[in-house]
Amino acid sequence: MTPQLEIQVIAAVTAAACALVGAFLVLRKTALLSDAISHAILPGIVLAFFQTENLNSPLLLVAAAVTGVVTVALIEALGRTQLVKQDAAIALVFPALFSIGVVLISRYASGVHLDIDAVLLGDPAFSWIRRFEVGGRDLGPQALWLMGSVLVAVAAFVVAFYKELKLSTFDPALAAALGLAPTAVHYGLMTLVSVVAVGAFDVVGSILVVGLMIAPPAAAWLLTDRLPVLLALSVALGVVSAVAGYWLARGLDVSIAGAMAVVAGVVFTVALAFAPDRGLVAQARRRARQRVAFAERMLLVHLLHHEHTPEAETECRVGHLQEHLRWERSFASRAVKAAERGGAVRRSGDRLALTASGREAAQRAMVA
Amino acid sequence: MIEFDYTLRTVALGAAVLGLSSGALGAFAVLRGQSLLGDAISHAALPGVALAFLLTASKAPLVLVIGAGLAGWVGTLCVMGITRTSRVPYDAALGIVLSVFFGLGMVLLTYLQARPQASQAGLDTFLFGQAAALVGRDVATMAGIGALALVLMGVFWKEFKLLLFDADFAAVQGFPVRALDIGLTTLLVVAIVIGLQTVGVVLMSALIVAPAAAARQWTDRLIGVVAGAGAFGALSGASGAILSATTARLPTGPTIVLCATAVVVVSLAFAPRRGLVSAWLRGRRNRQVLRVAGTLEDLYTLALGHADPHYPHPAATLRTMTHSPDAVEPTLDALRQQGLVEARDDAWALTGRGLAEAQRLARDRGEGRDA
Repeated sequence: MTPQLEIQVIAAVTAAACALVGAFLVLRKTALLSDAISHAILPGIVLAFFQTENLNSPLLLVAAAVTGVVTVALIEALGRTQLVKQDAAIALVFPALFSIGVVLISRYASGVHLDIDAVLLGDPAFSWIRRFEVGGRDLGPQALWLMGSVLVAVAAFVVAFYKELKLSTFDPALAAALGLAPTAVHYGLMTLVSVVAVGAFDVVGSILVVGLMIAPPAAAWLLTDRLPVLLALSVALGVVSAVAGYWLARGLDVSIAGAMAVVAGVVFTVALAFAPDRGLVAQARRRARQRVAFAERMLLVHLLHHEHTPEAETECRVGHLQEHLRWERSFASRAVKAAERGGAVRRSGDRLALTASGREAAQRAMVA
Repeated sequence: MIEFDYTLRTVALGAAVLGLSSGALGAFAVLRGQSLLGDAISHAALPGVALAFLLTASKAPLVLVIGAGLAGWVGTLCVMGITRTSRVPYDAALGIVLSVFFGLGMVLLTYLQARPQASQAGLDTFLFGQAAALVGRDVATMAGIGALALVLMGVFWKEFKLLLFDADFAAVQGFPVRALDIGLTTLLVVAIVIGLQTVGVVLMSALIVAPAAAARQWTDRLIGVVAGAGAFGALSGASGAILSATTARLPTGPTIVLCATAVVVVSLAFAPRRGLVSAWLRGRRNRQVLRVAGTLEDLYTLALGHADPHYPHPAATLRTMTHSPDAVEPTLDALRQQGLVEARDDAWALTGRGLAEAQRLARDRGEGRDA
């Protein structure tokens, strides 16, 4: 593989792992725990790094997992005191832990390969350089092996505990009652988030990993109501963001990780605007359709009211609707056309008359 | 002996000013349950800094702060828009805005880096902040903007207070709730961008939340929380900046955050009434009072079984009647010291006063049950 291809594969695998755990965070309304964990695991990573001096070491994964779980436990313990709100607890715990990590780096890590910018920002451009070699044979980049294993672990967890994850996400009380141990599932998920975050550190950094965890699943959630589809779609959108981000960054000669987050944001925006059922455009069209449908009913009731009365000649005319119902001319003609199409109204010149089915519909509307 | 030279004074003053304004203005955000909004705003400000520099080629603090403020404000509107028009939850919307805007900031900064004619040196201090680089001009800008924001908060104090505690009532009374909401959020944006250059986008949110969370433990009054948060913020800012400036390789932002965290920890532990220590002491006292009353009532119940209300019973019997048997003996000792029970050949009996007290307790409880 060329370095270019390797970078894209690493980025895509990272994005896939992020999206898979992120989907559950978004659904459980704990999306910002990803932000908290990705920052708070820094001291754990730094201490492990002091031991191994290798950013791709498995020890870092263990340290990150432990620190991540400790972080979540701290946040929840702080929230349980009821002295601060849950969101304030998050905002208190992770900056403190992150600060400890930064101080550790700047005090004791000068000269080793670990600077704050790298931790915070990551850079896939260099992720392929460290190779995984066995007996002198090059088996590919270390980062790919690392993220690949993380992705496999995440996928295995999701498959193995699919039922538990699903139920504890949508109905934690029922999950607890059925003995599915929602707390254990919660902490299992948090462990995975930590592991993914530390694996992704090197590639996209601790801030943009949040985008890859949240934006693709949030976009997917606007597109489907089914969990398996949502998971597959999240992964697909994450991979698209990663690869498209790579090419955008190459084209403009800018940060790859940043471009990946920007594309993820664009993907989310497109979903927000154009999702078939829930998108802004679909919402606007539905509202417009409902307005015409309501106007059509209103027209039928109006015609019924004046049917067979002396003033019917003046009231039951298209031109009169503007005056009486205060409709714009164009809106009135849309309503009349809709009623004509539905076979509820017969039109002869300017004069409108109810059909039998139109009369029935108007009477139903009055009763309802 | 720390040499309190001009630079150090400037840095400490600047950090105190930003701590004061972010603490005081952050108090509203924390009390409204918007603690994490600050995190999103501070990250969202980054592309604004880069864009302001790209468009004006100026690094004047006011220009960059205006750019940061506008971007932060747009980010806030995006969060509001996403949550209002879709089923994406609030915290996911915050996360998306936070990281996408930050990613855009990274793209712009690296774009600037690639253009040799535009030296962007100094812009990346916005990531982690650098108090040591503060000069008098920066402090003057920060103080000016901060003072303006605090004055606005004072002018609209009544309105903001009403919005905070009862937004529905405010709307019924005819206050423009939406405009006030946006106004208060704008002040939060202002408080954040003031501190970006010193503390950095990553940690600025802590300086919004921590002082208010600490001040909240000491008082139940809004004015107290706001003033206390301002004071704690100034204290954390100044002490963090001085520590960082006088110690080698101690970055400013994280040091200020750790100082603020220390203030929070102390407040959570030792604040009177709400603090953990005080709550623990109160709990212990309450448990003791309940145990005393319980033991007294148990003795009375046992005595009712005999014709003699002063009939003695061994402690072992009492141990079987309570959830905390080990506390029975110490409790009996305490009761004896108060003259409510007496020991008679290895058993315990109510005294005259003890009987009266037990009857009073039983009566109170009976009334409680009837009611």
